[in-house]
Amino acid sequence: MSSTMIELLWQSLLETLVMTAAAGFISFAVGLPLGLLLVATDRGGFWEQIALNRMLGGLVNAARSIPFIILLVAVIPLTRLLVGTSIGVAAAIVPLSLAAIPYYARIAELSFREVDNGLIEAVRALGGGRWTLVHEVLIPEALPGLDAGFTVTLVTLIGASAMAGAVGSGGLGDLAIRYGYQRFETNVMIVVVLVLIALVSALQVVGDAVAARLDRSGRRRG
Amino acid sequence: MLGLIGRSGAGKSTLIRCLNGLERPDQGSVEVDGREITKLNERELQPLRRRIGMIFQHFNLLSAKTVVDNVALPLKIEGATRAAQRLRVAELLDLVGLADKANAYPAQLSGGQKQRVGIARALAARPALLLSDEATSALDPETTDVILQLLRNINKRLGLTILIITHEMGVVRAIADRVAVLDNGRIVEEGPVWRVFAAPRHATTLSLLRAYQPALPAALAARVRPGVGRSTVVKLLVVGEQARAPLLAELALATGARATLLHGGVDYVQDTAIGALFVGLDASDASTFAGAIEFLRQRASEAEVLGHVVDDD
Repeated sequence: MSSTMIELLWQSLLETLVMTAAAGFISFAVGLPLGLLLVATDRGGFWEQIALNRMLGGLVNAARSIPFIILLVAVIPLTRLLVGTSIGVAAAIVPLSLAAIPYYARIAELSFREVDNGLIEAVRALGGGRWTLVHEVLIPEALPGLDAGFTVTLVTLIGASAMAGAVGSGGLGDLAIRYGYQRFETNVMIVVVLVLIALVSALQVVGDAVAARLDRSGRRRG
Repeated sequence: MLGLIGRSGAGKSTLIRCLNGLERPDQGSVEVDGREITKLNERELQPLRRRIGMIFQHFNLLSAKTVVDNVALPLKIEGATRAAQRLRVAELLDLVGLADKANAYPAQLSGGQKQRVGIARALAARPALLLSDEATSALDPETTDVILQLLRNINKRLGLTILIITHEMGVVRAIADRVAVLDNGRIVEEGPVWRVFAAPRHATTLSLLRAYQPALPAALAARVRPGVGRSTVVKLLVVGEQARAPLLAELALATGARATLLHGGVDYVQDTAIGALFVGLDASDASTFAGAIEFLRQRASEAEVLGHVVDDD
């Protein structure tokens, strides 16, 4: 493989990492509170707001039903508004985040629901308010699940960022399509796939290790 | 120390949850410390709940926090300073005997140790009332005794009112002063524990107490037939002072009736002696027998003719 190709590969890897990290950060920052809201406002939640819950739930479902490739194109006006252009890494972050926010919100919601109701009751019985419930019970107790779910979200984002190549985002997927597919350079395709496998594996190992460290419940220990 | 007992589904847990406002009754009122609490909103209930400690069947400790942080949580909620929290937590861990486990996580503790952490946490904010919701139901008998002793000590040393909910009569018997029996959401019987054990009045109490009720051994019971005979079975119940008297000797002296002891024993509930004796009396001489029964009815709380024993074929 030529040195320009290696440089191109390195460049693409960085672009993928930037897109994944930025969209991952945004989906975490927005998705986690959203997931918390979905649990809290549900029937029997500690901040029961049925109407709000139905609305948020519907919004999340709607966003999750749209195929990513369509979302990518559909939000171009919004992307232009936010980053001033509809192509490139920065432009891809907008649709990637929009797809990942509801995805992570559902995963976070599941993790919060896993928290034993007895713990919530116990802290309410101690006179704890909503804020105490959130930062002393829900978040610490759900943390291993929130972390594992975040790893899954990042892996999904790496996959989705390849599709974002369709709008000229750059990144590994873009490289694979332009060189590997359109120019029949099979070795580029193979290298890109190998890099992606390594990237996802490394991410999963780190995510699992963090989750195991965070988990004090004894479930994961032998 | 009040014990509240009932079968599952009788409404025990619902009742206890109404006391700290975790559940709201559909009707009626709940007064705690002279305050009507059913009308209070969540925020107004919070200071009240801090005055009421609660322990649970499944301990409900936060798995992500160490023992110290679990016990400190009520103090943190109260807004106590870190130094004050540390001091109070050390004091509580000494009280429950877990000072060496301070930095362990709940998953590393045994059931009994978890409940001791639960008790320490419940006491942290110096509550005026401690609610115990089936606190020993998930523990083995030995650990149950240790936890009950701890609660008894706390009750005596801190002068704290403790309300114990349980479906086990043994728990009530071991530590409660008074007991209320709950059936279908209603209190059907209430009184000092020794009184309820000695003479249960309601059918639910009777069935809950079945295991503690003196009964003839099965082999003997199978040979009892209705009516009187050469060996008529009389069940006697003697409570308190009555249990100290040489009852059968006095019976022989006063009436000439000679009783055979078939089965029985004296038990102590809250230091009150409760004796249940099954004696055999010869009813061949009707007047001696009548005199004996008359005597026994005067000297025992209860004297009941159960039938007579027939010999094996």
